[in-house]
Amino acid sequence: MKILVTVKEVAEVDDEFEIDGLDIAEGSLEYDLNEWDDYAIEEAVTISEARDDVEVVTVTVGPERAEETIRMALAKGADRAVRVWDDAIEDAQFLDVDAKAELLGAVAAEEEPDLVLSGVQAGDDSNGATGVALAETIGFEWAAVVNQLDLDADAGVASVHRELEGGIEELTDVDLPAVLTIQTGINEPRYASLRGIRQAQRKPLEVRSLEDLGLDPSVVESPLERTSMYEPTSESDATVWQGSADETAESLASLLREKGVIEG
Amino acid sequence: MTVLAVAEHRRGDLRDVSLELVTAGRELADELDTDLAVAVVGGDVDAFAGRLDREGVDTIYTVSEGEEFNHGVYTQAVEQLHADLDPTALLVPNSVNGLDYAPAVADDLGLSLVTDVVAFEGGDPIEVIREQYGGKVETTYDVEADQYVLTIRPAEWPAAEASGDATTEAFEADIDEAALGTTVNGFEEVAGGDVDITEADVLVSVGRGIEDEENIPLIEELADALGATLSSSRPIVDNGWLPQNRQVGQSGKVVTPDVYIAIGISGAVQHVAGMKGSDTIVAINTDPNAPIYDIADYGIVDDLFEVVPELIEQFGGEAPDL
Ligand SMILES: Cc1cc2nc3c(=O)[nH]c(=O)nc-3n(C[C@H](O)[C@H](O)[C@H](O)COP(=O)(O)OP(=O)(O)OC[C@H]3O[C@@H](n4cnc5c(N)ncnc54)[C@H](O)[C@@H]3O)c2cc1C
Repeated sequence: MKILVTVKEVAEVDDEFEIDGLDIAEGSLEYDLNEWDDYAIEEAVTISEARDDVEVVTVTVGPERAEETIRMALAKGADRAVRVWDDAIEDAQFLDVDAKAELLGAVAAEEEPDLVLSGVQAGDDSNGATGVALAETIGFEWAAVVNQLDLDADAGVASVHRELEGGIEELTDVDLPAVLTIQTGINEPRYASLRGIRQAQRKPLEVRSLEDLGLDPSVVESPLERTSMYEPTSESDATVWQGSADETAESLASLLREKGVIEG
Repeated sequence: MTVLAVAEHRRGDLRDVSLELVTAGRELADELDTDLAVAVVGGDVDAFAGRLDREGVDTIYTVSEGEEFNHGVYTQAVEQLHADLDPTALLVPNSVNGLDYAPAVADDLGLSLVTDVVAFEGGDPIEVIREQYGGKVETTYDVEADQYVLTIRPAEWPAAEASGDATTEAFEADIDEAALGTTVNGFEEVAGGDVDITEADVLVSVGRGIEDEENIPLIEELADALGATLSSSRPIVDNGWLPQNRQVGQSGKVVTPDVYIAIGISGAVQHVAGMKGSDTIVAINTDPNAPIYDIADYGIVDDLFEVVPELIEQFGGEAPDL
């Protein structure tokens, strides 16, 4: 059995940051493994450890820089990795959901996995849609926002809990092959061991271009055009207390006493 | 033309976001100078249609298929309605279930998709606004497409209140049962546990800024000193540092205390959904740009490890050694 895990390197914005044109200035960004994908990797690796016929392959759309993140996934137990990149992707203003689904879908078509695990969302773009769009693109079943997974590969069914709003979970059986978008909290992602990190260096990491995947450069084109990026004008009129910690703590303490909600 | 908005319901209740969708849909229909159609799929469709009949709605389509949400049924029904009405815009809630079918419909029909939209403007092309990077920036996009799908962030538009005079029509969808690849077997509610944070007058709420499980006693001590109840953002629960019944937010509890003190919490939209109704909101966060400050009444832009021990002292407690 083969599990494909979509892994994204996400950009995190520094506390103090600058906007450069239509994006955050490169100097204000740091890169990390997407939080939700960390749980997806863990789920895949846990399944592979419980059976002896499971291969875990990761797929990432990202520049060379992303290999650090990909090696992290390999160090945590994925068997090999595919990274998709190309000048056409580099030149695109951004990748919309459809483009991501096409790129990941082309790799899925080659790999023919039984199960695809992706994160519920990427922390930077927060589209929350790529996993389901990918499922539709490759003709798989799917379930969004999964926080419990029991796989019965022989019966071809994944029994999942989907986390709905307000502490309600939906219990659903999903026919395989399927794409499941994994929610945080489903498991406890491991830290990569030193041994894992060493081994990861020797695991295969293959780079594929659009041409390799038989895709036309037009797949990255989008009917959406980003026209501006700005800091939201704060609607807040928050009183921000200035001063040293003991001064600000005192201001807050008097507020709480004033409100009468706290005695003493 | 036409704007088509698809309502959402669960276990017999129309969800609030459905009436917000009516407001957003009417706004967009005005921009496009066209009609607003609202669809409801499954459950007691006639009762839902009655509730959806608000000012600004032209037609309500009821699709009597199934009781609860099933994404296969929704995908097929909405695609068939789409073929019939040929709408410019399809609006779906940016909810867990909305995101379980809207991307599939968009992909299948070749429609452009923008999720988690917080505002839009103009008709040709329509400009949509969404947040990125954890709410630190907003971005605008021109949608250069004749037909598109937008998922609408809950609680951004007011619910439509005034009653309307829409025509209701039953829409006969032709559902291919054999093509349905999922079966919904039921629901489960997360266990209540020992504490009900929704009952508290004062909540001291801890987020990822606390860094380590070993530091949680610092916030516990503050809660004790204040006679308040301890709650948290999601990562604290995901990490197993506090039980699930302490989680505030979209997938946790909705709380409305007199005072909510958010410590080391960024104010992600899913967290804010659970606490924005608090009377007084105080934030302690090192990042002056953290979105929590957009809804806070008072703030301390400083290190929680400096401020919280001082605060504990103010109330006669003793900060634990960390
Ligand atoms: C479908 C879905 C449902 C979700 N449901 C929920 C939900 O119910 N509840 C919920 O909370 N989240 C929920 N989330 C997750 C949400 O998107 C955020 O990831 C989460 O709320 C972030 O928690 P946080 O603010 O504690 O952490 P972060 O966003 O990491 O913020 C930590 C903050 O601490 C500050 N900080 C760091 N160090 C210090 C210091 N020393 N002193 C002071 N401040 C410091 C930082 O500046 C930062 O702002 C959901 C997400 C999805 C996709």
